[in-house]
Amino acid sequence: MLRFVVRRLALMVPVLVGLSILLFVWIRALPGEPARSMLGQRATPEAIERINNLYGFNDPVLQQYFTYVGRLIRGDFGESTRNGDPVVSTFFDQFPATIELSFAALLFAIVLGIPLGYWAGRRVGGWLDNVIVSTSLLGVVTPVFFLAILLKLVFAEYLDWFPTSRRSDARIEATHITNFYVLDGLITREWDAAWDAIVHLILPGIALGTIPLAIIVRITRAAVADVMGEDYVRTAYSKGLDPAIIRNRHVMRNALLPVVTTIGLQTGLLLSGAVLTESVFEIGGIGRYLFEAISQRDYPVLQAYILFIALIFSIVNLLVDVSYGVIDPRVRVS
Amino acid sequence: MTDDTIGGRGVNAPDVVRRDLSTEALLTVRDLRVEFGKKGQRPTTAVDEVTFEIRRGEHLGIVGESGSGKSVTSLAIMGLLPATGVRVSGQIMFDGEDLLAASEKRMRDVRGRDIAMIFQDPMTSLNPVVTIGTQISEVIRGHRDMGKAEANERAVELLRKVAMPDPGRRMKEYPHQLSGGMRQRVLIAIALANEPQLLIADEPTTALDVTIQAQILEILKQVVADTGTALIMITHDLGVVAGLCDSVHVMYQGRVVESAQRRPLFAEPRHPYTGGLLASVPRLDSPRGQPLKPIPGSPTDVLPWTQGCAFTPRCANRIDTCTEKTPALKIEGQRALRCFNPLTLSSAGGATP
Ligand SMILES: Nc1ncnc2c1ncn2[C@@H]1O[C@H](COP(=O)(O)OP(=O)(O)O)[C@@H](O)[C@H]1O
Ligand SMILES: [Mg+2]
Repeated sequence: MLRFVVRRLALMVPVLVGLSILLFVWIRALPGEPARSMLGQRATPEAIERINNLYGFNDPVLQQYFTYVGRLIRGDFGESTRNGDPVVSTFFDQFPATIELSFAALLFAIVLGIPLGYWAGRRVGGWLDNVIVSTSLLGVVTPVFFLAILLKLVFAEYLDWFPTSRRSDARIEATHITNFYVLDGLITREWDAAWDAIVHLILPGIALGTIPLAIIVRITRAAVADVMGEDYVRTAYSKGLDPAIIRNRHVMRNALLPVVTTIGLQTGLLLSGAVLTESVFEIGGIGRYLFEAISQRDYPVLQAYILFIALIFSIVNLLVDVSYGVIDPRVRVS
Repeated sequence: MTDDTIGGRGVNAPDVVRRDLSTEALLTVRDLRVEFGKKGQRPTTAVDEVTFEIRRGEHLGIVGESGSGKSVTSLAIMGLLPATGVRVSGQIMFDGEDLLAASEKRMRDVRGRDIAMIFQDPMTSLNPVVTIGTQISEVIRGHRDMGKAEANERAVELLRKVAMPDPGRRMKEYPHQLSGGMRQRVLIAIALANEPQLLIADEPTTALDVTIQAQILEILKQVVADTGTALIMITHDLGVVAGLCDSVHVMYQGRVVESAQRRPLFAEPRHPYTGGLLASVPRLDSPRGQPLKPIPGSPTDVLPWTQGCAFTPRCANRIDTCTEKTPALKIEGQRALRCFNPLTLSSAGGATP
């Protein structure tokens, strides 16, 4: 298993290198250029030329790429062409917020989705199944943006149970090391700060996690219903085993395989949904920043951000494959 | 099937080892009736009027073509029929207790400890993601106060008993690493782990390669004899019953049509269906190349039992009464028979069991 992980990690390097080249060429092939975005429509050709020389955008693409990689190795991600901010600093400020939010949403979806899916799948057609399935249908069709606003209005503004926005309460002192606020609170043992960060994650987490929740419920339900009809489950029952053993060892361990794949596939959905949720709850994640970077062709920001998103996808994929191997001996590579 | 495929366990197989049978009944099934019905649909009767008895240590055969209700009968005894859409009535007395009236919690104690079952398809009856060792030891630990190490030791011992090569290594392996015959051995080990009083084997060799069938039957016979376990052998093949069972119940379309001790049943089948089954068993003394006589028709094109005998359309002995009245199971000495016009000794294709 360890060799498998190492091999897969090694395989990720050429994939990411290839992807970075494609990305580099592709964003430069998009219509529009950073200089024009910066200077506006009436910019003189001389001014545009000056900017392009300054950032090296006139050099051959391959040369630009090697210059970029050379800097990257030294930890230099370049500066935003819009405001000159170092990409590194916004990056480490914004990505933790988005990842933390996505993680909270996924946790909500998994912790609730798997038991609900199990209860629905055990008795397909029963009343519990009908309630769960119709509710999950509602979950799938509700747009994230709409749900986020609704939750905020009802639970934050009207009922005042949760904070309306941001990642933390300014009145609570918190030291930030990783910029994952919950994690920071735990590391520094500032429990009130950790709790505050968690409370701020609840509404956005639910808003973002609802669609993945509905999907996980349905996949788990179908998988459990399938497994319940398998001969080996009948064998387990014929042994007179404890119901918890039948559920965990014989039903869920088999039903989990498609569920794990589904969870992996939620990554893209979460990241795109996070952008919308962040704007409703004023969370300073990658959302708006990335959107603006795209519209203004901010090459250095786009390169770093998109590559990192690709890295997240690869890691999630690897995690899915590893859990597959852990669960199912048949796919374990020797 | 050709005559050499059933090897030494054809109708001419050597006699069963003599065992001391007690006179006390271990399991008594009385008027068992199982109906399936989804909401809004007319219920179908899968099993009806099934009555039989098995004594401690006895080997009993239930024989019939597929769809005759053999599996449903055994699942009813185990209490493993689906929780909804089924109506079960009658009585299943096991060791003085009516299992049909027992709670699910009580049935969990009985299953795997007092009554165990082996299913037809070893390829699908083991959990693919759990080790062989765990699948055996969990049934031991589920019913006894036993530590992990001790249960594992017992599991290895059980694997040795079912003649599993290299039992220690198998413990850590998964089902996909074993052949069908090996997997059925594992399932036998699981079933006998707690030395149950009764073992129900539902067509345990049907899904196996013919060359493996005799081996598995031999192992099953051996372990059952060692533990003194009573056996209900379910099969569609009278050849399996021949070398194994003390008494035989022949089922057709959910009802018992003939019950007898093995010897008289093989020597003198009375029900035309039993006669047909016997004629379709390959015999060692029949000349090579002589075709077997299958029973014409299939069990699906039948009348329901409510309008006469269900076997009538396929029966060579049918008379007018067969479509007018439904035959009841009549006791005739040592035998029970459900037929208006049974075979006589001369017309019956008898055989030496
Ligand atoms: N879960 C079920 N729902 C509805 N009908 C069933 C179910 N299980 C079995 N039956 C019906 O009961 C009858 C007897 O089946 P079964 O006991 O499996 O036959 P056998 O084991 O003798 O081949 C068949 O007609 C089958 O269609
Ligand atoms: Mg069957």
